Amino acid sequence: MNSEPLAPNLGEKVGPALSVMGLGKRFGDRVAYHDVSFEVEYGEIFGFLGPNGAGKTTTVRTLGTLLAPTSGSATVAGLPLTPGNGAAIRRRISIMPESPGLYLRLSVRENLQCFADLYGVTAPAVRIDRALRAVNLIDRSREACGQLSKGLRQRVALARALLSDPEVLFLDEPTSGLDPVATRDVHELITELRKRGVTIFLTTHRLDEAERLCDRIAILNTTLRTIGRPNQLREQLFAKTLIVKTLVALADPDRMFADLAGVDGWCQNGPATYVLAVSDVRAVAPAATRALVAAGADVLSINQSQHSLADVYLEIIDPNQTGRGR
Amino acid sequence: MNTRRRHVRAIFINEVRELRRNRSLIVGMAIFPAVFCIQPLVQVLLLSSSASTGLRSEHVLLYMLGIPALVPSFIAAYSVVGERQQGTLEPVLTTPILREELLLAKALAALIPSVAIAYIVFGLFLICVEFFASPGVATALIRLPDLLAQLAFTPLLAGFSIWAAILISTRSNDVRVAQQLAVLANLPPIAVTTLIAFNVIPASLTTALVAAATLLVLDAAGWRIVAAAFDREKLITGTH
Repeated sequence: MNSEPLAPNLGEKVGPALSVMGLGKRFGDRVAYHDVSFEVEYGEIFGFLGPNGAGKTTTVRTLGTLLAPTSGSATVAGLPLTPGNGAAIRRRISIMPESPGLYLRLSVRENLQCFADLYGVTAPAVRIDRALRAVNLIDRSREACGQLSKGLRQRVALARALLSDPEVLFLDEPTSGLDPVATRDVHELITELRKRGVTIFLTTHRLDEAERLCDRIAILNTTLRTIGRPNQLREQLFAKTLIVKTLVALADPDRMFADLAGVDGWCQNGPATYVLAVSDVRAVAPAATRALVAAGADVLSINQSQHSLADVYLEIIDPNQTGRGR
Repeated sequence: MNTRRRHVRAIFINEVRELRRNRSLIVGMAIFPAVFCIQPLVQVLLLSSSASTGLRSEHVLLYMLGIPALVPSFIAAYSVVGERQQGTLEPVLTTPILREELLLAKALAALIPSVAIAYIVFGLFLICVEFFASPGVATALIRLPDLLAQLAFTPLLAGFSIWAAILISTRSNDVRVAQQLAVLANLPPIAVTTLIAFNVIPASLTTALVAAATLLVLDAAGWRIVAAAFDREKLITGTH
C-alpha cells in the first residue's frame, strides 16, 4: 500500500466518536439486536464481532442512519442519532458495506467522481487520485469496475469510503472473500488510517484480523456479550495457567505443587504434563522451576498457556460446546 | 453550486453514464418509438391525396404521445430496483444525499433523454410526411394546434410516466416486473390520448387545458408522493 497520507490528522476531538446507549432494532417481531451500549473513542479501532445474524450489519446500518433504531439512543461523530441529523451524520462518516456496490459499467474514476460530488469534497480530482494511490489503483482508474477482480473491487470500495476523510469509518467485513495478499493490503491500509487518527468501526468474522488490528473488541450475539481489549478479555475468561512438562511423571505432584506459593490448583494433562492454575505467572514460573529442579525432576518446559481471541469468542458465543472456560 | 444542486447533478451524470452503457435499457427505449412511429408513418405514406381529407377530422399526431408516455417509464422503472439489484443503492444512501434529491436526479435522468427522443422522432416523422407523403396529406395532417399539443404534452406525460414508474420501482423486487407494471400504469393516459386522436373524446381547447392542468398537478405531486413512499429502511433490508 502507498504510504502517502490518506486523511488529514484529525487532531484532538472532544468526547467519544461513538456513544451507544441501550440501542435496539426490531423488524416486526424479530429482534435484530437489543440493549447494546458501548463507547468508541476517537482514533480507536473498534472490532465488532459476532456470528451470522448477530446484528452486526444492522448495528452499522443503524449508526449510519440507514435504519432507525427502535429503542435506545446514540451519538455518532458528535451528533445525536436522530432523523433530523441523518444527512449531517452521513457527512461526517463513511460506510464500506460488505458488498462493494460499484457501478460495474462505469470506470473506477467515474464511480469515485459520483461519490466525491455527493460528499461535496473540495478538489475532487486531487482527492480521487489520493484515494486511488492509497489503495494502489491509480494505474487502473480508467478501467470499468466490471472488469476488476473481487479483491480490486473491494479496494475501489475502500477508496470510495476514504474520499470524504471521514471522522468515523465503518468497515463491514472489509476482507470478506479476499485472498491473503489483498487481505494484507487492506490490513496495512487500516493500520495507516489508525496512524492518521481515523476512528474505525470494524465488523469482521476473522478473529485473527480483529486481534491484530483492534484496540478493543465487542462481541455481539443479538445482545452485547462482552467488550474490552483482547488481552483483558482473555484474562477475564480464562484462568492464568502454566503448563509444566517433565521427562518422566513426578513421584508426588500433589505435594510438589501444593507447597508452591501462588499455585491455586493443578491437574495432570498427559503422562508427564501438568497444568497449574496460578495467580501471577511471572512470580510462579521461576519458583516452580526451582522447586522442580530441587526435587530432581527433569524439566522439559514450563510455558504460559496462550488463549487466542478465537478461544474467547467461542467461550462467549457457545460456552457449552467449547468448555474452555475456567 | 449549492449542495442540493451538486447532489442532483452527481446522480444525474451517473445515471446518464449508466444508461448509455446499458444495452438492455437502450434496446427497450428504442422499441417504443419504433412502434409508435413506423406503423403510423407507413399508413400515412400509403395514403392517397384523395383520402387525406379524412385526416382533417382526426388528430393522428397525438397518437405519437405514446412515446413520451412509455419510453421514460422503461428507464424510471429500472432506476431504484435496478440499483438495489446491483447493490449500488446502499452505498449511495450512506452519503449525505436526501431522498428528494436522489429521486429528482433519477427523474431528470429519465425525463431529459426521453423528451429528446420523443421530439426527435416526432420531428423525423414530420419531415418524412412533408417530403414523402402524397400531396395534400402533410397539410391535412400537420396542424398548429396538434403541434402545440405535442410540444406541451410530451414533457407533461413523461413526468407522469416517470413518477408512476419510480413509485413502482421503489416497491418492486424485480426489474422486469417493475418495467411491466410501469407500462401498465401508463395505459390510462395513452388510452385518453388515443381516444382524443380518433375523436372519441372531442379535441378542444378546454379538453387540452383540463388535461394539461391535471398532468401538471400530478407531476408536481408525484415528487412528494414518491419521496414519501421511498422507504430507505425497506429498500435496504428488502422487507417489502
